[in-house]
Amino acid sequence: MASQVVNLRVNERSREFLAAPGTSLLSSLRDALGLMAAKRGCAQGSCGTCTVLLDGRPVMSCLVAVETVDGASVRTLEGVARDGELDEVQAAFLEGFATQCGFCTAGMIMSAEALLDRNPDPTREDVVEAISGNVCRCTGYGPIVDAILDAAARRRP
Amino acid sequence: MRYKTNPIDRTYFADEPAEDFNVIGSVVQRSDALGHVTGRTTFFEDLSPPDLLHVKMHRSTRHHARILGVDLTDALAVPGVVRILTHADIPNNVFTPLKLIGVQPDDEPVLAEGKVRYLGEPICAVVAETEAAAYEGAARVRVDYEELPAVLDVEEALAEGAPIVNEYHGNNYFTYEGHHCRRIRFGDVESAFAAADHVFEWRYQSAPIEHAPTETTGCIVVPQPDGRLRIHSDTQACFFTLDNTALILGTPFNKLRIVGGTVGGGFGGKVDIAVEPVACVAAMLTRQPVKYVYSRYEEMQVSSPRAAERIYIKDAVMADGRITGRKITLYVDAGAYSRHSPYGTTKAAAHLPGPYSIPNVWADCHCVFTNRTPSSAMRGFGVTIGDFALESQMDRIARELSMDPLRLRLINAYRDGDMKAHRKVAEGTALVEVIQKAAEMVGHELPAEYRQMSSMDRASMDREGR
Repeated sequence: MASQVVNLRVNERSREFLAAPGTSLLSSLRDALGLMAAKRGCAQGSCGTCTVLLDGRPVMSCLVAVETVDGASVRTLEGVARDGELDEVQAAFLEGFATQCGFCTAGMIMSAEALLDRNPDPTREDVVEAISGNVCRCTGYGPIVDAILDAAARRRP
Repeated sequence: MRYKTNPIDRTYFADEPAEDFNVIGSVVQRSDALGHVTGRTTFFEDLSPPDLLHVKMHRSTRHHARILGVDLTDALAVPGVVRILTHADIPNNVFTPLKLIGVQPDDEPVLAEGKVRYLGEPICAVVAETEAAAYEGAARVRVDYEELPAVLDVEEALAEGAPIVNEYHGNNYFTYEGHHCRRIRFGDVESAFAAADHVFEWRYQSAPIEHAPTETTGCIVVPQPDGRLRIHSDTQACFFTLDNTALILGTPFNKLRIVGGTVGGGFGGKVDIAVEPVACVAAMLTRQPVKYVYSRYEEMQVSSPRAAERIYIKDAVMADGRITGRKITLYVDAGAYSRHSPYGTTKAAAHLPGPYSIPNVWADCHCVFTNRTPSSAMRGFGVTIGDFALESQMDRIARELSMDPLRLRLINAYRDGDMKAHRKVAEGTALVEVIQKAAEMVGHELPAEYRQMSSMDRASMDREGR
């Protein structure tokens, strides 16, 4: 099968590229578009470090065949800060010591963004459920959960 | 929310100038955190040099076997496969990583030569234009084996007539200065057992533990115009990796440059020189950038775990709780090759008497070769499982004596000036104070004489019943 042209709106920019059949959204972001924030941890949908928002919903981008989402809108960690200003989730992670090795951070933040977009006032249980697909092998879950709750508080008017 | 810190107890640092405490007890931002939260931290795999080739490994499907032949015909026919490396392509194929600190013999091939000693051992490295072609090529390598009996248990490996796992050692154990194990002989344990009110002996055992870093082990090697190789790696030990790789390649150290330090989880699992030598050879032979990164399956299956250990502890104990003798037999399952296990076993030997002053100690600590995945470093390797065993032992003794487990530990805790079993004088000890403080914080009551004990004062303990 021939490669096909895929159009995505990535971080509010239109991007067009060629993808061989079966190419994952993760590979497309990294190899075709040079967006390296989303990581390959397992390439089988079990670690969550490749999480991005697809039409506003969190997905494991390693499991999405990119030709099936032609025309979709994608948000990655690169698109979260505005004009160099960290958003509330990023600031809360930074100040709350919610990063260790940093390899899960992109996925954690995108899962948090998705949660706060649909539920601005989450309980601790909501947060735990929202990041249940994201593995932090440094096991720093406590500060991560605290940071997401803190981000929700910062976002409240 | 600012990160909250608990106020530190400065009682023990009363003599230190207060202005010296400008880090401990205060908030200091991690230098790498801004990169992490913006996605700008560069991990090795975030590099994409042009003309990048990919390496995937064909691995042993046997625990222990002679290699009768390797057929590369079908693998080389896969479109995109550029080259396949075997042991003949590796300049100094047999190595051991701790040779840098004098550990010998070299006992591990970079690529298997003549035989395989564990399931998943690398045999040949397929270099291809795409990751998919490299996988396909690796799957099409055909190896003809003659199966050999495998030994998968440490005590069976040391039994007479066991199959020899690693011929470079000649025995299924690592030899320490002419001895079959790392030994401690301190005082006379047999007399202590004879004079003891109680003798307790239990066995402890652990399984191998995989680090499972979220970022798998890997590197990208980029040949430079000046003939050097630039290695982008997630190794935990840049210069250890550089030096070992140079020795394997037979090149001067200054022909390699390593770029690293950003590690997506290591926990000790990324110090084994697992990928760099093969990737360097592939880059030298093809003059192209090469990536060799483990799949999740390889990370779980073939990267070295924490060693499985089996530990027997026999203690001579008096009715008042004093431990007067401890006899330890420890088996560390190194798997098929040394890697860091000879060192871990030595650490275990020094550690197993525990933070206690025991006048008679006997230990035989065996670093054993089996046909299991080679084990290596992981978070306090050599001491962590030992601590599980010996603190379990302390709790069981306390239960047998119907004694408060904290008091048992306070009675036996080492004090400044005590001679430890491996003949180091204990200095700066704080176990007594830590237990006292912990007891206070959880509301665990200790009688006055236990609250007055001190790490600085051996005599106070002697008066209290030693």
